[in-house]
Amino acid sequence: MKEFCYVIHDELGLHARPAGLLVRLASGFGCDIRLAVGTRTANAKQIMSVMLLAAKQGQELTVICDGADEERAEAEIRALFTSEKL
Amino acid sequence: MQKGNGTCVHPGIALGRVYVPQTIPSVLPCAKGGPDAEKAHLHHALHTAKKQLSQLMGRTKAAVGEKDAQIFDVQLLMLEDDSFLSGIHTLIENGKSAAEAAKEAGEAFAAQFAALDDAYMKERLADVLDLSRRLVRILCRARPQPFPDEPCIVAAQDLTPSDTVRMPRERILALVTCGGSVNSHTAILARTLGIPALVGADLPLDGLAGREMLVDSESGSYWIDPDEATKKEILAKRQLAQEKHRELLAYKDRPAVTKGGRRVCVYANIGFPEDARAALEQGAEGVGLMRSEFLYLGREKAPEEDELFCAYRAVAECMQGRRVIIRTLDAGADKALPYLGLEKEENPALGLRGVRVCLADEALFRTQLRAVYRASCYGDVWMMFPMIASVWEVRQARKICRQVRGELLLEGISCPDIPLGIMIETPAAALISAELAHEADFFSVGTNDLTQYTLAADRQNAALGRYADAHHPAVFRLLEMIAENAHRAHIPVGICGALGGDFSVTERLIQMGFDELSAAPGCILQLKKMICESEEVPV
Repeated sequence: MKEFCYVIHDELGLHARPAGLLVRLASGFGCDIRLAVGTRTANAKQIMSVMLLAAKQGQELTVICDGADEERAEAEIRALFTSEKL
Repeated sequence: MQKGNGTCVHPGIALGRVYVPQTIPSVLPCAKGGPDAEKAHLHHALHTAKKQLSQLMGRTKAAVGEKDAQIFDVQLLMLEDDSFLSGIHTLIENGKSAAEAAKEAGEAFAAQFAALDDAYMKERLADVLDLSRRLVRILCRARPQPFPDEPCIVAAQDLTPSDTVRMPRERILALVTCGGSVNSHTAILARTLGIPALVGADLPLDGLAGREMLVDSESGSYWIDPDEATKKEILAKRQLAQEKHRELLAYKDRPAVTKGGRRVCVYANIGFPEDARAALEQGAEGVGLMRSEFLYLGREKAPEEDELFCAYRAVAECMQGRRVIIRTLDAGADKALPYLGLEKEENPALGLRGVRVCLADEALFRTQLRAVYRASCYGDVWMMFPMIASVWEVRQARKICRQVRGELLLEGISCPDIPLGIMIETPAAALISAELAHEADFFSVGTNDLTQYTLAADRQNAALGRYADAHHPAVFRLLEMIAENAHRAHIPVGICGALGGDFSVTERLIQMGFDELSAAPGCILQLKKMICESEEVPV
């Protein structure tokens, strides 16, 4: 299992556009990918789930990848957050 | 005949057939061939919806850009979302038709978004509803109704920008929407087109298309299938208003001068750049109050300097050298500006509001000041600060203005040293107006707040009625004091609150010596007439 934390900088939080990009990216991996903010969690491969998580600016988002390609998933999601200035 | 109400965002009277854009049929097909047949229908509909959304995405990418197009990608992802799809499937298994299931699942998800405490995410419910309506339309083989050849009244839950782009503007008689606010897209369109409009209306949209509707937006009323007597009454009202307007038009290009030869300027209060044109058409000699709130409300981030600059410049240019008095941001905890991070207050009317917010958030203030200074090259721009109660506030605001202008000049951006005035709307400011007159280049009296603070009567509380009386002698004594102190210091003084457009006191205000009255564009011609007919007794 691979896990990393990311503090959201974007004023709108994890808003629709990056949420869409994240779901597209996550869906390409075989491993299980979950997001967590505090005690709430979401499935990173499902857009409704990610958007209803409503992660806000300043909140710590935990990304948990679990499965065969977890290392590649973690690296690419991290890269997406950085390039999107999320 | 059926009567209903809404909030007026642009006054006027219209009569015509109703056109309802982009609706879903009021009666949906029920399940005929059992769950499996409905699932097959759904499968085809999902496929069609994907094709439509991909096309829409491609077109948007070409026309607007990649970023905007990705919003449609979010809707495409929703079409693949397990919880959304399984929600629809469960409903079908429980005996619903595919169309009913798509509608109900969409509404259920929209409700989940609506329950979020995040203003931005809340609004995503529109994406979910848009998608589920698309599915329903496909399942019912409903095409978006084409706009009729005859002019129509447009009625809808809410108008989206894409709705309004599709509609032929010259054939829209009026707009009536269930949702919306004075800042909504509907309101902006109505003001631009100068047509009557109601928002927040209790419209029964089902089966409304094609029926006859009468709208009298100024009184906040509409009638569906109006009877002859009502039509006659309201249309007579329109004719009377038109006749009176034609008569008043004689004053449009005439300067407002009393019989005694004193000039009293008649300016317009405007809330949006597109109001400037309407103000000119009504004979406004300038803009006495340009509100800035529309640029800040209902959004997630404070506007950028360039956006503010473009809006102010548009007004300055439209007014062709006539005076434009821009009021700096007048916000408080009672206004929806989530990005300001204002704490919820027990009593926002007495809280961190007006210039207090700007002095507390200097970066926000400076951005606006830069925009105003840059726009001031394009016309006769003045600027004023709201909610002043003390001398130090004026000094501090003016100091920041000087710094901002200095920075702009260093950057090589020329900007004139524009007059900086203040709003007199607290009893404190009225009482020390003699001192304030040496600190400010002009006064503008905000009579609505001055009345509420003087009489300790909340203006939002309808039950207070006669307690919130703007004609109260206390208010008028303050007005006299303000005018006198301004003139003693040789600075101009105007009125931009509701009293400015209250014809029952116009004569008194002229007699008190006010140099300028600013009111809604619709009041201007009448004000000019009254000033021209005033037998002013020189004091």
